[in-house]
Amino acid sequence: MNIYNIDDFGGSAVNPPLLAVRDLCKYFPIRSRGLVRRKVGDVKAVDHVSFDLYRNETLGLVGESGCGKSTTVRTILRALDFTGGHAYFDPEGNGRYVDFGELTAHELVPLRRAAQMIFQDPFSSLNPRMTIGGIVAEPLVIHGLARGKALEERVDEILVKVGLKPEYKTRYPHAFSGGQRQRIGIARALVMNPKFVVADEAVSALDVSVQAQVINLLDDLKREMGLSYIFVAHDLGVVRHICDRVAVMYAGRIVELAPTEELFERPLHPYTRLLLGSAPIPDPDRRTLPPNPGEVADAGNLPAGCAFAPRCPYATAVCRKERPELRTMSPLHLASCPFAEQ
Amino acid sequence: MNPNVLEIEDLQVSFFSDEGEARAVNKVRFAVPRGKVLALVGESGCGKSVTSYSVLRLIRKPGKITGGRILFHSADGSSVDLASLRENDPRLFDIRGNRIAMIFQEPMTALSPVHTIGNQLEEVLFTHGKPAKAEAKARVIEMLGRVGIPAPERRYAQYPFELSGGMRQRIVIAMAMLSSPELLIADEPTTALDVTIQAQVLALMQSLQRETGSSVLLITHDLAVVAQVADFVAVMYLGRIVEQGSVREIIKSPRHPYTHGLLESLPGLHGRRERLPSIRGTVPGLFDLPEGCPFHPRCDFAKKGLCDRGEPPPEQVTSDGRRLCCFRAEEMAELLKKRDGAETTA
Ligand SMILES: Nc1ncnc2c1ncn2[C@@H]1O[C@H](COP(=O)(O)OP(=O)(O)OP(=O)(O)O)[C@@H](O)[C@H]1O
Ligand SMILES: Nc1ncnc2c1ncn2[C@@H]1O[C@H](COP(=O)(O)OP(=O)(O)OP(=O)(O)O)[C@@H](O)[C@H]1O
Ligand code: SF4
Ligand SMILES: [Mg+2]
Ligand SMILES: [Mg+2]
Repeated sequence: MNIYNIDDFGGSAVNPPLLAVRDLCKYFPIRSRGLVRRKVGDVKAVDHVSFDLYRNETLGLVGESGCGKSTTVRTILRALDFTGGHAYFDPEGNGRYVDFGELTAHELVPLRRAAQMIFQDPFSSLNPRMTIGGIVAEPLVIHGLARGKALEERVDEILVKVGLKPEYKTRYPHAFSGGQRQRIGIARALVMNPKFVVADEAVSALDVSVQAQVINLLDDLKREMGLSYIFVAHDLGVVRHICDRVAVMYAGRIVELAPTEELFERPLHPYTRLLLGSAPIPDPDRRTLPPNPGEVADAGNLPAGCAFAPRCPYATAVCRKERPELRTMSPLHLASCPFAEQ
Repeated sequence: MNPNVLEIEDLQVSFFSDEGEARAVNKVRFAVPRGKVLALVGESGCGKSVTSYSVLRLIRKPGKITGGRILFHSADGSSVDLASLRENDPRLFDIRGNRIAMIFQEPMTALSPVHTIGNQLEEVLFTHGKPAKAEAKARVIEMLGRVGIPAPERRYAQYPFELSGGMRQRIVIAMAMLSSPELLIADEPTTALDVTIQAQVLALMQSLQRETGSSVLLITHDLAVVAQVADFVAVMYLGRIVEQGSVREIIKSPRHPYTHGLLESLPGLHGRRERLPSIRGTVPGLFDLPEGCPFHPRCDFAKKGLCDRGEPPPEQVTSDGRRLCCFRAEEMAELLKKRDGAETTA
C-alpha cells in the first residue's frame, strides 16, 4: 500500500484535507446493440473532478439529476472502480494518505470503518430478509467491534438518535414507511463511528419536521465526533442550511465551488443561477413553474465546448468551441465560465 | 357526473401482528375533486402511502382494510366502492393502471431489473390497446423526452441500473402518464429530482392533467411543491386527517397547531439559521397512541382535561368555514395570532 503526503497532490499544509480528490474520472461504456456488443462510446459520468474535503466540514454536492453526483461519491468510496484519477484519504489524521483508487479489496476493508455511505434509495439498500436490529448491527459484527449486551446497547442508542424506537428492532424493512427506512440507513452508517460520511440524498425522503431532526442530528454528530460529510442533495434549502461549502456539478464536472453563503448570495456560473432560480417557493400566490427549463445535458454525447452552452443565455462562439476550466474568481470561489467575473 | 372523482369515507386500515392491531389509517375522510390536484401531506409514517395503496387495493397481509368506503366515480358515469371489491374482482384490474395510475414512492419497486426501459414502457401501451410496435416505440420515446430524459433513443434500450436515481423516477412518471389515467396517484413523485427537473416534471404533470382533465392525488412532504401545484390540501397525522382546505388556507394561514408546526420547520431559502425549528417530541408509535387528541403531547396549546382524554377530536367546521380536528378549533386563530405576535416582539 503506497502512502502519500500533501506534497504529492498539492494540498494545503496549513489546513490539510481529510480527502483530496484529483482528476477523478468514471466512464461507462456505451455498447452497440446486437450480439457482439462493441463499445461505441463513453458516458462520461464523472470527468476530471477535483476538490478537497476538510476535517469537520460539510461539503455539499448539487446539480441536475444524472449529472454524476452519485457516481462521484460511489467511485470515491470504491463501490465502483476508477476510470482515472485519485482520491487521497487520511484515515488516521496524521498526514499519511492512501489513494482509494489503487487499494485492493483486502486493503479497503479497514477503511470501510472510517468512511461510510448513506444511500439514495433506502429500499434497495436494505436487505429485506434481515430485521432492523440485524441490519444496524451488521457492520459492527462484520468488523468484530461489539457483541452481546454491548452490541444491543449500541444499536438501541443509535436507533434512538435517529428517532426510531428500539422496540422496532425485530421488524423487517417492509413494515416501515419510506422515511423510516431512510433513518435505518442513517443509523447503519453512524453506528460505526465513522470519520467521513457520504450522504447521498439522505434526507430527501423525509418530511420537513423529521428532516429538521435528522439535519440537527447530523450537525450535532459533526460537532461531537469531528465528522466530515459529503452531502449530496437537491434541496437547496437543506444544502444552504447544513453545508459549509458547496460544489455545483453539471454534466460530470464541477462548474462552481464556493463557501455556502457566497454561492447563494453571489452565484457566478449561469447554471448555478438557473438552479437557484428554479427552487419552488412555498407560496401559492406566486406560482413560478417554468414552462420549459431547457434541454438536459446528455453525458453520453457532450458538445465540444462548455456542456452548458446549449442552454446558456450568455453563450458565445468561444463557449461552443473551448471547454472552460475551473478557475479561481476570488479567494475560495471557483467557477468555470469565462464570463463569470462579469 | 359526480363533481368528485374519488371520495374516501371513514377509511380504516390496520396491520396485525403479535403486538396487536396497528391502526395505520383511522377514519380518514377526504375527496379529490374532478380535474383538481389534492395534496396529502404529513410526517413520515403518518399513513399517506397506506392510504394510497388502499385506493388501488394493494394492501397485503398482515394489513387489511377494516372499514370505510373508497368511492371511485368514473367519467363514464359509473361509480364503484373499491373497498368492497374482492381482491380478484375483474373490475379492479380494469381500473388499476388504466383509469387510476400510480407513481410509487420507490421507483425501483415499480421497475423490473431484467427488462429494458423501452419494453417496460411499451408494456403499458399494449395492456391498454393494440398499437403497432413502431407506433408504441415512437410514443414511448416521445414521452421519455417530455419527462426530460436526455437521449431518449439510447435510454430506450437501457436497463434501470444504468440510470441515475432521478432518471428512474422519471421513467416511472412516464409510465403512469402513458396510460392517461382519470386519476393519477403520485406518491412523492419528485423527491429524487433536482429543482430544475422537478419544476419541469411538475409542469408536465400539470399540463397533462389540464389536457386530459385528469385528477391528481399528490402525496408529498414538500410544502413548496404543494404551494406550487395543489388546489386542495389534506394534512395527516398519525393515521388521521387533522386539517383540510384550499391550498391558500393551509399554506398561508394554517389553523391546526400541527400544520402550523410543519410550515415552521421549512428550511427556507432565507439564510443559515443555527438550528432548524422542529415540532418538539416525536411521533408516538401506533401501539401507544395517546388518549384524546393524538397530537396533544407535542402541542403548545394542549389544555389539561380537554385535549388529553376521551376520543380524538372529530372534524369541526369553524364559524369562518375552516375544517380541522381540534378541541380548540374555534379559538385557534386567536391563539396562533397571539403567539406569533409574542414571538416577533421577543
Ligand atoms: N407491511 C406493514 N406492516 C406493518 N406496519 C406497516 C406496514 N406498512 C406500513 N406500516 C406502518 O403503517 C404506518 C404508515 O406507513 P406509510 O407507509 O403509509 O407512511 P407514509 O405516510 O407514507 O410515510 P413516508 O412519508 O415516510 O413514506 C407506519 O407507521 C408503518 O410503520
Ligand atoms: N452502471 C451504469 N451503467 C451505465 N451508465 C450509468 C451507470 N450508473 C450511472 N450511469 C450514468 O451516469 C450518469 C450519472 O449518474 P448518477 O447516478 O451519478 O447521477 P446523479 O447526479 O446521482 O443523479 P440523481 O440526482 O438523479 O441521482 C447518468 O447519465 C447515468 O445514466
Ligand atoms: S385538540 Fe388540543 S392538543 Fe389537539 S391540536 Fe387542538 S389544542 Fe392541540
Ligand atoms: Mg444520485
Ligand atoms: Mg410513504
